[in-house]
Amino acid sequence: MARLIASTPCAGLLPRTIGAVTLTEVMLGPVTSVAPFRDKSEAVTAALAVEGLRFPTPGETLTSGPARIIWAGHGRALLCGVEPPLALSALAALTDQTDASATVRIDGDQAQAVLARLVPVDLRQQIFPEGATARTIVGHMTASVTRVGPLAFEVMVMRSMAATLVHELSEAAIGVAAR
Amino acid sequence: MRITGKGLLDPTSSINFTFDGHMYQGLEGDTLASALLANNVKLMARSFKYHRPRGVLTAGSEEPNALMTVGNGAGAEPNIRATVQEIYDGLEARSQNRWPSLKRDVMAVNDLIAPFLSAGFYYKTFMWPRSFWEKLYEPIIRHAAGLGALSGQNNPDRYERAFAFCDVLVIGAGPTGLMAALTAARAGADVILADEDSRMGGRLLAETDPINGQPAHHWVSETLTELSALPNVRLMPRTTITGAYDQGTFGALERIGHHRPRDPNLPLECFWRIVAQRSILCAGALERPIAFPNNDRPGIMTASAVRAYLNRWGVAPGREVTVYGNNDDAHRTARDLVAAGVTVAALIDARDDAQVTGDFPVLTGGSVIATAGRLGLENIMVKHAGGQRLIRTDCLAMSGGWNPSVHLTCHMNGRPVWNDAIASFVPVPGMIPGMLVAGAAMGVFSTAGCLTDGVRATTEILRELGLKAKKMKLPEAENAAYNLHPVWAVEGKGRKWLDFQNDVTVKDIHLAAQENFRSVEHMKRYTTQGMATDQGKNSNVAALAILADATGRGIPETGTTTFRPPYTPVAVAALGATAQGKGFAPERFTTSHPIAVDRAAPMIEAGLWYRASYFPKPGETHWRQSCDREVNMVRSTVGVCDVSTLGKIDIQGPDAAQFLDLVYTNTFSTLPVGKVRYGLMLREDGYVMDDGTCARLGDQQYVLTTTTAAAGLVMRHLDFVSQGLRPDLDVQTTSVTEHWAQFSMAGPKARDLVNAVIDLPIDGDSMPYMGCGAVLVSGIAARLFRISFSGEHAYEIAVPSRYGASLYRLLLAQAESLGGGAYGLEALNVLRIEKGFITHAEIHGRTTAFDIGMDKMVSLKKDCIGQTMSRRPGLLEEGREQLVGLKPVAKSGTILAGAHLFDQGAEAVRVNDQGYVTSVAWSPSMETTLALGFLKRGRARHGEVIRLVDHLRGVETECVVCDPVFLDPAGGRLRG
Repeated sequence: MARLIASTPCAGLLPRTIGAVTLTEVMLGPVTSVAPFRDKSEAVTAALAVEGLRFPTPGETLTSGPARIIWAGHGRALLCGVEPPLALSALAALTDQTDASATVRIDGDQAQAVLARLVPVDLRQQIFPEGATARTIVGHMTASVTRVGPLAFEVMVMRSMAATLVHELSEAAIGVAAR
Repeated sequence: MRITGKGLLDPTSSINFTFDGHMYQGLEGDTLASALLANNVKLMARSFKYHRPRGVLTAGSEEPNALMTVGNGAGAEPNIRATVQEIYDGLEARSQNRWPSLKRDVMAVNDLIAPFLSAGFYYKTFMWPRSFWEKLYEPIIRHAAGLGALSGQNNPDRYERAFAFCDVLVIGAGPTGLMAALTAARAGADVILADEDSRMGGRLLAETDPINGQPAHHWVSETLTELSALPNVRLMPRTTITGAYDQGTFGALERIGHHRPRDPNLPLECFWRIVAQRSILCAGALERPIAFPNNDRPGIMTASAVRAYLNRWGVAPGREVTVYGNNDDAHRTARDLVAAGVTVAALIDARDDAQVTGDFPVLTGGSVIATAGRLGLENIMVKHAGGQRLIRTDCLAMSGGWNPSVHLTCHMNGRPVWNDAIASFVPVPGMIPGMLVAGAAMGVFSTAGCLTDGVRATTEILRELGLKAKKMKLPEAENAAYNLHPVWAVEGKGRKWLDFQNDVTVKDIHLAAQENFRSVEHMKRYTTQGMATDQGKNSNVAALAILADATGRGIPETGTTTFRPPYTPVAVAALGATAQGKGFAPERFTTSHPIAVDRAAPMIEAGLWYRASYFPKPGETHWRQSCDREVNMVRSTVGVCDVSTLGKIDIQGPDAAQFLDLVYTNTFSTLPVGKVRYGLMLREDGYVMDDGTCARLGDQQYVLTTTTAAAGLVMRHLDFVSQGLRPDLDVQTTSVTEHWAQFSMAGPKARDLVNAVIDLPIDGDSMPYMGCGAVLVSGIAARLFRISFSGEHAYEIAVPSRYGASLYRLLLAQAESLGGGAYGLEALNVLRIEKGFITHAEIHGRTTAFDIGMDKMVSLKKDCIGQTMSRRPGLLEEGREQLVGLKPVAKSGTILAGAHLFDQGAEAVRVNDQGYVTSVAWSPSMETTLALGFLKRGRARHGEVIRLVDHLRGVETECVVCDPVFLDPAGGRLRG
């Protein structure tokens, strides 16, 4: 039986360095959408304690060792890096989203300036510190944008739009670099 | 003429540029206008309507006359204001609206027939015959009047858009704005200071009055040095705030590449959306001209412009300059000129009691009643207290006073109020929420007053933001009185121009009033005053003062028109920046995309997705050959098609079944685990929204599919139902479209193909028709569904997307070994039409379940969205257009989608319309064209011959009406 070979959303497109920013593809490990059922939010938080996490508040990301949880909209978060704890399955709709997204990390002095060309959200450090996340748009794409460092962000879009994401980020970076 | 030792430019820099093909030299920091004046070029343009020779009127963005085309080829930019365009080496500028040349413009004949082209001319003249307007009048007028033209080619330049956020946005970097920014910055606020000029400082760069005993530009430099060193300040020169919008949002246009040679990577402009908690408008004021006879000759400009050219750019706009004003501010002009060694032929002050002394003749109680000089001013006739006098002069600096730049305050429908002391309009508080106005924009005209006002406004704003202003030491600066006596128009023979850009005169305003266009809004539209690209910046106040006079009312009663965004013109390319080419919309690629491209499959856009149309084999020269082969392949062996683009939605929760019963017309709570059912969704209004399959994966988990086109729509609908209509249901919906790569395998050998790739083989019992279950592909967990959109024995297999490409390759290899292969969207469409399956061609938003023959699927045993409305009598009438199949009577007959159906013998006109064709395919299986369509009472008319007429393409065909299921109506192949 032939083996199936995995490929990544941005295969062949990244990494790229343009001016003062570098674009790299990020593999988040297993990604599970966690959407607590009615009145189960506290129980979900309790179940997530196994991983040193809790259910995030809007706009929040939590990290504990390899496990991360990213707020992803109304009553929903993405648990990344670990398989969901067994106890969660009765408490929340768990949906495998490992392959649903393309995630690109943008690093560098001009990272915020490049994103300011595409994202209509206030990304200033004092408003959007490390760990802050937003569901927003990048150009014409719905996206999740998270600050992962003073000069670094992760941008997540639908997997099928990986090429457009790389194109948009690259074009914005070229314009910023040319200034 | 450049004056040695004057101005703020580096005299050793030298920049070459051309204007109308002639090479000129300028200095770094010159605008096109200052550089041309330095080269004694005064004639810069022809006017809009009468092609009057015109020179520069101002030194700023309000310039109405000196519009030019800059650059060449596709990227040539028309209507660039020479007062804004900075020169750079190699800049090419051309004059506009003239032929054959600026000096000899034959269209100037318009000026001779000017008496016939008065206000309202178009409305009076071109009323009849009606059809002449579009064909004759408009093209002629457009040709004769106007501005520069675009190249007509695709935009080759890069534009950018961006978002910025701040606590305090300071608009304008003159004395007020600099002081405001400094106050806000020192208090720790996040500040953006935006100024439209290339160099910040505003009038401080153009005047000679000192600050703290030093030239004012020193103080500007010191202040900017401090501001630029602060981490909480962003300086945005060359950035015009173009509009004020809701919630503290401002539009801003930044010029980035205009002042350098083109660089393909450098944006020409960036359109910013700036969101500010608070804003301070420090936009300054604009000097207004005086409407005296023939006040539009090249060489006549505002007094402030003359001082700006002299003091900032070191250029004297004339050798013998006259100054004409109605306020003390104008006197500076004469003093500055004399100090620079320029002859001042006379200072004409309209006021009888003006107090002025200087090394120049002074004529009080004076007015300019005539001017002469066709291509440039040569002399003026002045009437004054002592009589009348002809004065030789090549430049006249005029000042009718100053108008505060209130424009942005009007953008949210506020109206400024009249202030008698300065005879102009000033903003009132609250016109833009969160905005304060300070300095000259508020009618404070002295430098000391502006500095103080900047601190005052900022302190107030800081308090609102919860910040404390530091104690600010106010610099020492001039605090001269203004002493204005309004002069709007001067009596005399000749046209007195008000709106230089739209060629509107005082007489036009009088005519409007006389013809009862007495409202300021009517006057504006009747005369076109204020409607050009300068938006009346130079003429509005004077025009309505004259209207007030002509109608016997006061100015406050007459009121003012207001200003809309943008403050200055914005290229559409800047507004639409990055939405060009690939930036227009995202491209969605399936995991099999590169493989399909390798196989030379043409791609077709479906939604944002790119899907393979067909897979040409060597020797196939027409898509139909490939399509027919692929259809036959599926019908005889097995075909593989990427169906990942269909929407897939995961439904989970204790109330998942109840939820699906509500959104689908049919029942899903009774669906056993491991089974799939076809489902239909209605909109609230009872019409069909979408169809698809829904599989039950577990007691509380389903996965439903949507059509490719409606994936987003259905997801939104489900969110609305779960959040809005039935929040009591405990259910969660999650799109899994992107997580799974899904492939259809259809054909008699489909099961062989499935068993060739999955780890444990299936058979008809373990995976019956409409069954589903988990399988393993090389150890990878996958989902298998036995569903068919072709009428064949078929499956769909889903694997996590990372394996999509790999599985597709594997499936193709295995299918090919079975005599099958890949098929594309064209074949998919033929297969479904042969089987009578519908798509959004049929459920196009105006058809009901009844129309498509699925009314029985609307279960009446339970409620569902749209059920009640679908029971409306009008929606259940037999006379409605119903889904039918159509075949040409002659096998070779043509059927075209979009054609209409008529009874035989009936005239093919609208009232006889019986229906229309929605989908057409050549069926290689049946060797004839097949079609689906809608026909009145269609289900009762099977067997009837009907007349098909395509009026657009001139096709007429006799067709037989039949059941929409052309192939295997019993479904033996499906279940096989």
